[in-house]
Amino acid sequence: MRVCLKGLLLLAVCLYGSSIGHAIDSPDEMLPDPVLEQKAQHIGQQLRCLVCQNESIEESSAPLAKDLRHIVRQQLQQGRSPKDITLWMTQRYGEFIRLQPRFSASTALLWLMPFLSLMIGFLLARPLWARRTSPPPAPLTVEERQKLNQFFNKD
Amino acid sequence: MRLTRRHYLAALPALGAAGLGGGFLYMLRHATQGTFDPKAVRNPRLGQAVPAFSPLPALPEQPTPCPGLSWQDFHTLTQPVLLLIWASWCLPCLEEIPFLRQHIAGETTTASPLALWGVCYKDTPSQAAHWLEQAHHPFSRLGMDYDGQCAIEWGVTGVPESFLILPHPLTGSRIVWHGTGSLTEALYREQIQPFLRGAL
Amino acid sequence: MQALFTTLLAALAPVFSPESGHFALALACVLAALQGILPLIGLRRAHSPLTALARPLALSHCLALLISWACLIIAALGDDFSLKLIADNSAINKPWPYKIAGLWGNHEGSLLLWVSLLSLYCALLALLPGQSPRHPAGLPPRLRSRLLALLGIVSAGFELFCLTTSNPFLRLWPVPIDGLGMNPLLQDPGLAVHPPLLYSGYVGFAVPFAFAISALLDGRADALWARYARPWVISAWALLTLGITLGAWWSYAVLGWGGYWFWDPVENAALIPWLTGTALLHSVIVVEKRSHLQSWCLLLALATFALSLSGTFLVRSGILNSVHAFANDPARGLFILALLGLYGGGGLLLFALRAPNLLPPATPSFTPLSREGALVLNNILLCTLCAIVLTGTLYPPFMQLLFGRTLSVGKPFFEATTTPFIIPLLLLMGGSMALPWRYAPINPTLRRLALPLCLTLGAILPAFWLFPTALAASVAVLALWVINAALNDLISRFYTMPQEHRGLSRLPRSLWATSLAHIGVGITMLGLCGMAGSQERLIEAQIGTHLHFGGHDWALTALTPHHGPNYEAVEAHIIIRRHDAHGPVLAILEPQIRLFPQQGQKILHVAIIHRPLEDLYAALGSVKEVQTPQDQNTYRVILRVHENPLASWLWFGGIIMAMGGVLHLIPARRKRRPACA
Repeated sequence: MRVCLKGLLLLAVCLYGSSIGHAIDSPDEMLPDPVLEQKAQHIGQQLRCLVCQNESIEESSAPLAKDLRHIVRQQLQQGRSPKDITLWMTQRYGEFIRLQPRFSASTALLWLMPFLSLMIGFLLARPLWARRTSPPPAPLTVEERQKLNQFFNKD
Repeated sequence: MRLTRRHYLAALPALGAAGLGGGFLYMLRHATQGTFDPKAVRNPRLGQAVPAFSPLPALPEQPTPCPGLSWQDFHTLTQPVLLLIWASWCLPCLEEIPFLRQHIAGETTTASPLALWGVCYKDTPSQAAHWLEQAHHPFSRLGMDYDGQCAIEWGVTGVPESFLILPHPLTGSRIVWHGTGSLTEALYREQIQPFLRGAL
Repeated sequence: MQALFTTLLAALAPVFSPESGHFALALACVLAALQGILPLIGLRRAHSPLTALARPLALSHCLALLISWACLIIAALGDDFSLKLIADNSAINKPWPYKIAGLWGNHEGSLLLWVSLLSLYCALLALLPGQSPRHPAGLPPRLRSRLLALLGIVSAGFELFCLTTSNPFLRLWPVPIDGLGMNPLLQDPGLAVHPPLLYSGYVGFAVPFAFAISALLDGRADALWARYARPWVISAWALLTLGITLGAWWSYAVLGWGGYWFWDPVENAALIPWLTGTALLHSVIVVEKRSHLQSWCLLLALATFALSLSGTFLVRSGILNSVHAFANDPARGLFILALLGLYGGGGLLLFALRAPNLLPPATPSFTPLSREGALVLNNILLCTLCAIVLTGTLYPPFMQLLFGRTLSVGKPFFEATTTPFIIPLLLLMGGSMALPWRYAPINPTLRRLALPLCLTLGAILPAFWLFPTALAASVAVLALWVINAALNDLISRFYTMPQEHRGLSRLPRSLWATSLAHIGVGITMLGLCGMAGSQERLIEAQIGTHLHFGGHDWALTALTPHHGPNYEAVEAHIIIRRHDAHGPVLAILEPQIRLFPQQGQKILHVAIIHRPLEDLYAALGSVKEVQTPQDQNTYRVILRVHENPLASWLWFGGIIMAMGGVLHLIPARRKRRPACA
């Protein structure tokens, strides 16, 4: 299960990794190293701005978001891993700060919903396919086809 | 009429919708009464020990000096502490001034066991001093959090926020209550005082 | 011209006063109630004059609402700040188109828009020719009366809501000298037409809802029913598609973040009914052609409208946290919930009681590998996507309600969970068109798909070379597959026509429509993949700064002040040259930073050049004055520039999708009957 979820996450990261704009309004805020900066943006996009609604700290222009962006970059420069940084944030602001909730007992329904609804869908559709009573007619033989052609041509 | 599988299946959407509707009804009812706030954020520090933070300096140039605030101060607590994070630029902080002036400032001087400590969030000394003057300086300790780092350690998302910290001889002091928005008399009576009675 | 306009306004104002508007709204509510009750009584007692009242009532109901709009618009143009709605959302110096558009940029006005659009649908239903010897395909009059009655009941409830809790004609005392003006972000042509489009999509699903209720009351949802209902499903779907596309475009072009979809509850509220609506669009075909999936189709019709109702209104109750919701009011929420319970809940209850007794299909069943099978799979996938979005949107408030936990479900979650389902959906989309009904033998199907399959396989290598990530490349290949398959379908059908009757316009209209819609999806998907490779650069610049970015040379040549009607702005002139500073000029971008003194807000006005393969996008951040070493003042600005590959394909694809829908609605040319034998 875990592996599967991680796989999904990875897929999404590949697709959307660089597609999001952000609210950084000064180049000074960015790290000089583009690779590290990209990493910082990716971490920031997973963290919710606590002041505004449904914006990540990378997108928000709130002062608190700016402070948190700074902390993300500072800690990255100190060599901390993205996982550590997210954990650091979660210790202070709770699960609320994660835009992508962790898989746990309380979020199991959320994460399993795709599979559940897919399964329900197939269960509901099964009788439609299973109801097949008569096999489909065999394809026309050459003779039949000729007869038909004759019939239509005559018309 | 015999109930078949089709009947049960057909009833499921209505049941699901009823469940959702019931949930929404409950939320809306409680949102109007103020007991359900969809924007609330549960502070993870609740029930935990006081987070470590670097010492905050005192407000300089005060007629009556008030010491700053450090993490160690919370280890040697003898009485419950109400920690208030505020700023002079925030309107709800202005709103809670009358309450602070009447209640807390009065109670700390008399027999009440509650100490009021403050953290001034991202403010300038002069403006903070002006605010304090209006509030009759209710704090017995006040730290200036110029860069907002201390507030981040406490998981503060906006000012004003308040924390109630109770001393405990065995396990050390703990954060037992957390509130966002300005303190009011009703809030104090209903949510803070029960803890104080328990602590006595 | 201006004087004529003012005198005209002054002459009209006493007649079309806000009180007349209020009265017209109240009248509309009564007419809607009558439209709901009288025809139903007439149908029950088989009393045809009462039944026939549905049409005139629907038309007058619509007329009453149009009058109340006229009153509101005249008050807005005449700057009548004694109306609370106008005082809160307008201002004297606001350009006049936005004085009108601002009317629906708030709760009261948008609700009035909602009910008015519903009444327009009623009027359309009433005006379209009914079934007669001349129009054999028209709606039977009894069915039409019943539909109008059901829609009248829905309208009456919402008009009552409008009158009692959100009256747009409330007066204000004392009358302010000037209005507060609206959020400057909303002062944009895109947003002026966005709500009407989106709402006409939302509201449009009321008609299939009424069709479904009617079918449940009859206990029959046959092919004929599906044939009558299908154009209404398609039109609502096409409008919703356009509305969502425009919303995404607005996010992209106006918010200035460079993104286009943020998985905000308000956006999800539009996406959820779109997903069920798309599922409905496909399942109603199965009902029409093969008489299968009737109860499922009815459920989808009910659910789509219920979800679009909840989407429109629950975001206003303050339960769902959203960036761009209207002012929240839980008290209004209760009324809305009651209406939702009445209509959505009532519909589902009727479904629970009646659906099990629907007549079973008389047609033979099908195998999984068939057109029906593919459409069923399409429905499963679309509903799974819908379930994901719905659960993700509702999870946080319900977790808080049930367990007191606060958590967030945002963009990263939705992207991670929806992507795996989009891939099989695209795969299916390309293949399904080639499948015959009932039973698809494998080999002929593969042979039919051989050409697009080969073309798509050939595109794999270039795709992986062009697109930045493996996933973007694979989705792009799948999108190409969808486009190829749709084109292949058109072409192969073209060549199977007898030579003497061959012609592109002679191909069945529905085939054109489906192919176009699928091509539109493919184009949007390609745009999405292209945007995955978007790049941006943030620089601090002064006049004369050159930046080499995205293979072009970007030069800031001037900064000029700019006076708008109700704002002051600084405009940057950026000249983009191909390759380097001496190359040919590619484009000139003029982004602005606008200050609206009335609201004290700063708004980015981004500049975009749409090119076929990329968008060049520039946003001007802050401007600051600095001193040079020579003691001269100069300005330094923060510039954010983006290069967004295939960005315009996103919107273009959306328009093509909607065009597919529209094409299906245009009545087919009357077939010339062969001289009777």
